[in-house]
Amino acid sequence: MKLWRTPFDQAEKATRPPKVVINKDRCKGCGYCVEFCPRDTLKMSDELGPKGYGFATMADKSKCLGCGLCEIICPEFAINLEADDNGK
Amino acid sequence: MSGESKDGMLSGEFFMNGDEACAEGAIVAGCRFFAGYPITPATEVAERMSERLPQVGGVFIQMEDEIASMNAILGASWAGVKSMTATSGPGFSLMMENLGLGVMLETPCVVVDIQRAGPSTGLPTLVAQGDMMQARWGSHGSYEIIALVPSSPQEIFDLTITAFNLSERYRVPVLIMSDEAIGHMSEKVVIHPVESGSLIIRKKPRVPPEQYQPYKPDKDLIPPMAIAGEGYRFHVTGLTHDERGYPAMNAEAQDKLVRRLVDKIRLNKKEIIKYEEVDTKDAEVIVCAYGITARIARRAVQLARAAGIRAGLLRPITIWPFPEERIRELAKKAKAFVVPEINYGQIVFEVERCVGGKAKTVLVPNMGGSVHRPETILEAIRAVVQSKNGNRNT
Amino acid sequence: MVTETHKPIDCYLRVDRMPHIWCAGCGIGMATNCFVRGIERAGLNVDKVAVVSGIGCSGRVAGYVKFDSFHTTHGRALPFATGLKLGNPELNVVVFSGDGDIAAIGGNHLIHSARRNMDITVICVNNFNYGMTGGQMGPTTPLEARSTTSPYGNIEYPFNLPYLVAASGATYVARWTVLHLQQLERSIAEALVKPGFSFIEVLSPCPPVYGRMNKRSKGIDEMHYYQEKSIVRNGADLKETEITFGGPIVVGKFIDIERITFGERQRKLLDKVHEKKQA
Repeated sequence: MKLWRTPFDQAEKATRPPKVVINKDRCKGCGYCVEFCPRDTLKMSDELGPKGYGFATMADKSKCLGCGLCEIICPEFAINLEADDNGK
Repeated sequence: MSGESKDGMLSGEFFMNGDEACAEGAIVAGCRFFAGYPITPATEVAERMSERLPQVGGVFIQMEDEIASMNAILGASWAGVKSMTATSGPGFSLMMENLGLGVMLETPCVVVDIQRAGPSTGLPTLVAQGDMMQARWGSHGSYEIIALVPSSPQEIFDLTITAFNLSERYRVPVLIMSDEAIGHMSEKVVIHPVESGSLIIRKKPRVPPEQYQPYKPDKDLIPPMAIAGEGYRFHVTGLTHDERGYPAMNAEAQDKLVRRLVDKIRLNKKEIIKYEEVDTKDAEVIVCAYGITARIARRAVQLARAAGIRAGLLRPITIWPFPEERIRELAKKAKAFVVPEINYGQIVFEVERCVGGKAKTVLVPNMGGSVHRPETILEAIRAVVQSKNGNRNT
Repeated sequence: MVTETHKPIDCYLRVDRMPHIWCAGCGIGMATNCFVRGIERAGLNVDKVAVVSGIGCSGRVAGYVKFDSFHTTHGRALPFATGLKLGNPELNVVVFSGDGDIAAIGGNHLIHSARRNMDITVICVNNFNYGMTGGQMGPTTPLEARSTTSPYGNIEYPFNLPYLVAASGATYVARWTVLHLQQLERSIAEALVKPGFSFIEVLSPCPPVYGRMNKRSKGIDEMHYYQEKSIVRNGADLKETEITFGGPIVVGKFIDIERITFGERQRKLLDKVHEKKQA
């Protein structure tokens, strides 16, 4: 949506998507979050987790909208969206 | 004098058969859930329960088979309701897997087997006592169970109350091994109200939910039991488990669990085992009989005494755990044990084991379909008194 | 765009047992995820939720959710749940079961519980085989699919579970795949509060066994199959919802009707008997 001027309180009111926290102790590297993220923000990491599975990790945070699909699709309950109070 | 009060409870003298007396005993004991399946000769238990349970505010359901019946009573017990089912041989066989589940989950409940002649479909309307070993060993794995044997409608009424008390106390399914003769025989049954304090209810947890562990035993080896819906949010499983109730798939957990499941009953045998003795003090021949056969054996012992033979009767009321110690005690003085039973030899092996060769053990079998005649048992008593060698006569 | 953070669902899980035993890509985890979120959405009192499960991978759900839960014998979750519900009608009883557990050995209990319209919610995770024992065929394995006991291809017709259960008398019948997360969560929430027998079939990948033997060895392959071939048709004619190997998958909410439950009739019976005695 194009605005004719910048709102004065934009900085305050701008939404901040939550932080995607992936618990690598639980992740088994199935890849669903990576595959089905609508914005392709996640990728499989090159490292291995403690049980020897590869795990998913955030690749491009700027594209994340916080839709929460990764959180509900994860079969391992490994992903949580937490409030990102960075800078607040 | 005999009648029904407003809340559905009976009291007074009644004329009813064993099946009906069993149902009434359950109601007096506090049973408020029955799930069953029609099977001769236990159907009357279900029919009576279907009529009486709604009168006392309980729930009756006829399930689709005996397997479902066994599971339903376990579920109801976990909801906090005393529950019972009744069946006969073929249904008893079907219930075995989930009887094991009841033992493993430590679920109080009562299972009644009104025995009929087998194997397989056998003689549905005729008596036998062929499920006695199955009662002890029918389910897979190592476990201990409690089984009671009544020998009259009055006794099945009384023992059903005892069965509920034992199952709640020891958190184990308790079996009532009756037979078609008792089940379908009508006699006087006296129903008297019991004081509310005398009925046992399972131990409740004494700690808040965060600290509760479903299988952490007290000193008596029995854990307090939480029921569903009270906020304890426990997990229980038929897999070998640890004190938290979680599956624990290792030999150490198995050892700990199985020992406790068995010992909680074995170490308390003295409180559990009941039997009746007639004229055994000076007896040289002990007739060991149970159920309907015990009534005939009583007559045989009278006839033997009249003929000058020092005979006595030992009647187990608790058949499992078996009254081993008493048999061992009697074997020190008696010359022989005569075991009449309506099968081709089941309890006689237990007797023989306990006698340990100190006396003769004689089986008086009846394959089923009829009861013994007192004269048959008397003949066996005579024969064993006269015989010179020490081998078991079959 | 605005995002609400979901409350971490760890409060509904036995986190001391995580990570769970299900394989990478297994849909049971997603079904459980939707289940606990469905409970939250429905606003249920968690102390009154009881979960009963059978044996198999789906049967392990009972052990991972933090409710009063019972891991019973193979196929017998439903009669156990029946006893539980009749013993305490205030409980909200949920049965979690796999396709083999509920439709093979438990088949009899399935049709009778539906017939009685017991107030129980059944979530059947259908991965088309017996996963825990290594991938044998089951009553829902599609024709011609391979399994360890049908190495030349399955020659049996599978059950169409929604059709079976609806014909037996269930009042809420739905089928979703684990890809249909939002719909599944909503369906579960609806089924949990609806009185009567509710049955939700959840199709799931089983990558290491069923998937591998049928050329879909990665969970992603099965998920893509769901993505391509599933069609949402709420209220579809159940005769046309059977699943063939590689064919279209009809999902949706098929049945949502009202019918007096066993529990209600039971209560009426007790009232009637009680009145008769007072009279």
